[in-house]
Formats: sequence, structure tokens, C-alpha cells
Amino acid sequence: MTTTEARLSSSGPKQSRRAELSRWWNARSRPQQWGLLVPVAALIYLLPVLNPPIITTEPATSFPIALFNAAVFALIAIGLNVVIGQAGLLDLGYVGFFAIGAYTAALLSSPDSELGVRFPWLVIVPIAMVVTMISGVILGTPTLRLRGDYLAIVTLGFGEIVRLLADNIDPLRGNRGFQDIARPGGAYSDGTPIFTQNDAQGFYWLAVTIVIIILLFMGNLERSRVGRAWIAVREDEDAAELTGVPTYRFKIWAFAIGAAVGGLSGTLFAAQVGFVNNQRFDVTTSILYLAAVVLGGQGNKIGVVVGAFLVSYIPDRFQFEPEYRFLVFGLALIVLMIFRPQGLLGMRQHLLTFGRQAYQKLFGAGTGVAPTSLTPATRPAGEPPEAVPDDRSGSRPEGGGE
Amino acid sequence: MFLDRFWANTINGLSYGSIYALVALGYTLVYGVLQLINFAHSEIFVIGVFGVYFTFLALGFQPGQTPNVPLAGIIANLVLAGAVGMILAGVAAVILERVAYRPLRKRNAPRLAFLITAIGASFVIQQIFRITRGSNPEGTIRLLPPEPLFRIFGAPVTNLQVIIILAALALFVIADSFVNRTRLGRGVRAVAQDPATATLMGVNRERVIMITFLLGGLLAGAAALFYLMTIPQGAVFNGGFLLGIKAFAAAVLGGIGNLRGALLGGLILGIAENYGQSLFGGDWRDVVAFVLLVGVLMFRPTGILGESLGKARV
Repeated sequence: MTTTEARLSSSGPKQSRRAELSRWWNARSRPQQWGLLVPVAALIYLLPVLNPPIITTEPATSFPIALFNAAVFALIAIGLNVVIGQAGLLDLGYVGFFAIGAYTAALLSSPDSELGVRFPWLVIVPIAMVVTMISGVILGTPTLRLRGDYLAIVTLGFGEIVRLLADNIDPLRGNRGFQDIARPGGAYSDGTPIFTQNDAQGFYWLAVTIVIIILLFMGNLERSRVGRAWIAVREDEDAAELTGVPTYRFKIWAFAIGAAVGGLSGTLFAAQVGFVNNQRFDVTTSILYLAAVVLGGQGNKIGVVVGAFLVSYIPDRFQFEPEYRFLVFGLALIVLMIFRPQGLLGMRQHLLTFGRQAYQKLFGAGTGVAPTSLTPATRPAGEPPEAVPDDRSGSRPEGGGE
Repeated sequence: MFLDRFWANTINGLSYGSIYALVALGYTLVYGVLQLINFAHSEIFVIGVFGVYFTFLALGFQPGQTPNVPLAGIIANLVLAGAVGMILAGVAAVILERVAYRPLRKRNAPRLAFLITAIGASFVIQQIFRITRGSNPEGTIRLLPPEPLFRIFGAPVTNLQVIIILAALALFVIADSFVNRTRLGRGVRAVAQDPATATLMGVNRERVIMITFLLGGLLAGAAALFYLMTIPQGAVFNGGFLLGIKAFAAAVLGGIGNLRGALLGGLILGIAENYGQSLFGGDWRDVVAFVLLVGVLMFRPTGILGESLGKARV
């Protein structure tokens, strides 16, 4: 009991409004939450059509393309968040997976490829995800036994190796790159294709749909045994290992799943641009991904989507000189770490591990009232203590858990 | 082909490796004391490189021409430029510690926060050079043209290689005996071993941290001089990035936190890189370095000599 109380009250006065909002949100029933989310999603879908005057990036950048890039960035950030935010493994070479996904798409569909095949995009996506997943496992198997700091440098090396391979292996065509990569099919009723290079609107809708699907998938994963194992590894790896969590295996899983999402975003990117060469996969890009995750708040998947949107959208909107972009991000990272090390939207409450039902039992479903402390009175009467799923952290609200 | 050039590669690798080792010492010292990958150390090195370069310019040397100065004058100029580079890099490292890391330490920030701050600082320093000096490398200033002095197994050894290897070894010995033999060095080792106990025993932890950063910066500044003396590419804003990663790899290779490990790791990495270049071609040079790092860590996760700055040596 003491632990739970301490965690809830430790948020401090600054955060209390947000905490209240999040409690209010969590106290809604699922249909209510969906009822609120659907209009928001619809608005997001409609953004390129509405092209709102202040938000738009035109005339400098086509607004649908800017939005598409932001959506791909969000997808990348969600994937990287699995590795960094959930499992607590610092991966500085994530761009390598993005590159592998893009190159797989290029090799399997471009006429420049020596493989001589032209697969449709929908076939490429699962292949690319499997390939990146395997490369994630290949990278993870030797390196995940290492301590966190070493992991950072080895993944950085991996990102560089992928780029150098793209530079140096002849069939990967270095700077010349691959033209004419397969796009998803489909046409509007008047016969014009939905997915073209110049009009990214269709691609934006596709990307947002994928982001939503992946978000749902990640949400379920977070609440599953896998997600709990990741949190355990992140919080205290030794303790997790001692309580019987096969940490090594779950770390590999985090790497593989994160890599697969990276590969997916790579294929999406390759399909929209229609061209892949070795110019886009340097380590600075990796650092930008990291910036997105850290900015939004590692561990919070909605937070990282917001962070990714900001990192991708702000330079498009305000037309930074490209060199100032990195300077600004560098300064932002330093300042952010000093004043808000948890990111703009920090990690969600630790109670996430309890699952939704437990949360509602603690705070009362549908009331929207945020109890200031956990007294027995706030617990629904007659609820047997067993109703709260057992967790391993020992912070059961029934008292005496520690 | 590989066997023909075996000794030439070895000697060349040793001189590159000395530069890696000097930068690696900075990583290893900071890591030993703070358990922090000072990601911005490569940019400290770049500050040193520009410091040396601007000193060359201020002394009246221009890119592209070999100066007509007697040997003693050249050596004096080199030493002067090296000293400027060292001081600049050392001061920059201390400032970095003050501005970026100390506020985090005061707030007991998580370790990931330090690393991200380091990345941010590294970005900022890089971009300052990029914005002020452009993204093209500066011209190369050669004070001392390479001349073969003698031969080892038929492989020529140039004056530059001799100077770099000997000077790096001398600097290493100085740094090693500073940490292992002086009173301040004992403080460094004490903090590395157990910060709380060391503080209770009267060691000034903040001062130890400052000294550690200063020492790392000085060594990086010296490495900057040697870098400009041998590497064909001139000073450039992102010149520290790859070298920094390799130097860190060298530190890890030898066992991070261990000064002798950094030296050994740097030399091994330099030699392996040159062998790799000779075997597979110049494009694969960097790949060899990373594969070697991953390979060694698989079998010896604490590096070749183990992690030991904190281990008390009386």
C-alpha cells in the first residue's frame, strides 16, 4: 500500500492536472473511450483534405507529404519505443532496420534490382518485416548479453555497418540507388491511382491506418505477459531475472518486434518516395529518432507519436535552415534532460502493469473522481482482495504487500 | 599482397592506434569515474583539432605549401599548436561537464538522461563548427612532410610515425602514473571504486570529476595534433564522429575504465583496421573495426584486460 501511495503522490503539483486527466480517462468505459477517440481519428484522417491555414506547411512543402513523413516518423518512434521505452535498451542504430526494410522493398520490386523480381507492395511488407526481424535477432543475440552502455555503442556500430554495406556492396548500387519501387495498388472511382509519388494523400491515410493498427497491437502487447516482462527488465533486470523472467529472451523479443516495425516503416517510405539509395540512413537520422522518443516521453506510446510529429513537422512548418535543425535539437535535448528528463508526456503510471480492471477497481469505474489517496473507503465495498490480479512488484493495494 | 605489406600495415596501424588510444583514454577515465559514456568526447577532440588548425594559421602556415622553416622551428611550432589544442580541449571538457552533466548529477537523473544529454551536447558542438566553418573540410596544413627514417623488416618507418607512437606512449605513461601514483590520482581511483565512501574519506568528488574531464580533454587535444599531422583529411565539423566511435570501441575492447586497456585496445583496433583494409579493401576498414568490437565483446564482455580503474593498486 505504501508503495502505491508513494508513487501516486510523487507526481507533484505540476503534474497533478495531467494525472487527474489520465485518471478521468482511465475511469471511462471502453465504449466511452472509443466514442471520444473516433472523432479525433477522423479529424486526423481529414487533415490533408482540410489543409487548415495555420497548420499547413504549404507552399514550401506539400502538406500531405509533410503529414506522411510525420506519420512514418511516428511509426518509427513507436517501434523504437518498444526497444527504448518498454524494454529500456538504448538502441542507437535503429536507422539500420529502417534501411533494411527500405532496401528489401527495393530489391524485391525495383527493375534495377539484380534479383529480377517485381513483387507487389503487399507481398513485400511481410517479407521485409520478417527480414528485419531476423536481422534484429542476429544483432540482438550476441549484443543483448552486454550491459546497457555497451549495447548503445554496438548498435551504433550496427547502424554504421548497414550504411557502409549499402555503400560498398555492388548489388546494393550505392549512390545510384533503386528507381521505381512498387507502390500499393488501387484507384479512385474516376480511375486515378490512389498511391502516387506526387500526391501523398493516399499514402498518408495508409500510414495513419498502419500507425493505428500498430498502436492497438502495442497496447495489447504492453498489457500482456511480454509487456510486463519488458517493464520488469527495464526497472531492474537482476530482480526480474531472479523472479523468473527470462530476461534475455524478452530482450531479444523487444529487439525483434522493434526491428519489424522499423522495417515496416522502411517499406512505407520506399513505396512513397519510389527511390532508395544510401543517402538517408546515417547515424544522425538515428539520433533524430531517439530525439523523437525522448522528447515525447519514452515508454508512453502516445507521447512518442506526439514527439515524432513535432520532430518531423516543426522543421517543415517553420522552414528551418537544415543546419539549425540539429543545433536546435541538440539544445532541446540538453534542456529537456535537465528540466523534464521523462519527456513531454512522461511514462504512464506504474499501475499500467495491473491491467485495466485492476485500475478501475482501485479508482472506481465510471466515476471520474480522482481519489487523492488510497484509503480503504475508496475501494468498492465487498470486493475480495483476490480480485486484483497479483503482480510481482509487491505493491498490492490491500496493504501488507511489501 | 597482404603478406607483402604486413609490416607496413602493422606500423601504420600502430600510429593510427596511438591516436585512438589517446582519445580512448578520455572515454575510459570518465567512464571509470562516472559510469557515463561521454558521447561528446569526440567533439572535445574536434575542438582540439580546430584549436591546432587555427594555431597553425595564426603562426602563418597556409594549407597546401610545405613551410621552409628549420627543423627546430617546426618542432617548436608543433609543440605550441599541440599545447593550444590540449588546453582548448581540456577547458572545453570541463565546461561541458559544468554545463551539461553537473545539473543532472545534482538532480539525480537516470543514467539514460546523461547519455542523451551527451548526445545533445555533441550535436550542439558539431553544429556550431558546421555553421561557422561550413561542412567542407579545411585544407590540410603539413608542417612536417613524412620521410622514411629507417626500415623494419623492409617496411619503411616515417618520422611522423615515430613521433606519434613515441609521444603517445609518453603521454600514456604520464597519465597512467598520474592516476596510479599521485595523490590526486588516488582520489580518482577512490571515486571510481566507491564514490560514497571516497567522499566520506575526504575526497572532493566534484574536483575529482573535474580533473578527470580535464585530463581526458588534454589527451584528446594531443590526439588532435597527431591526427592533423598524419590524416590526409583536414579539420571538419564531423571529423570526430567516426573516430570517437572507434576510440570508444577501443576503450571497450581493452576493458573500459582501465587505462592500460584503452592503450591496448587502441593499438589493436588500429592494427586490425589496417589489416582489414589490406585484406578486403579500403571501403571495409570501418566495418572491420565494428565487427572486431562485437566479436571481442561476445567472448569477453568486460574487454581484454577487464574493467579496473577502481581496483585499488597500492
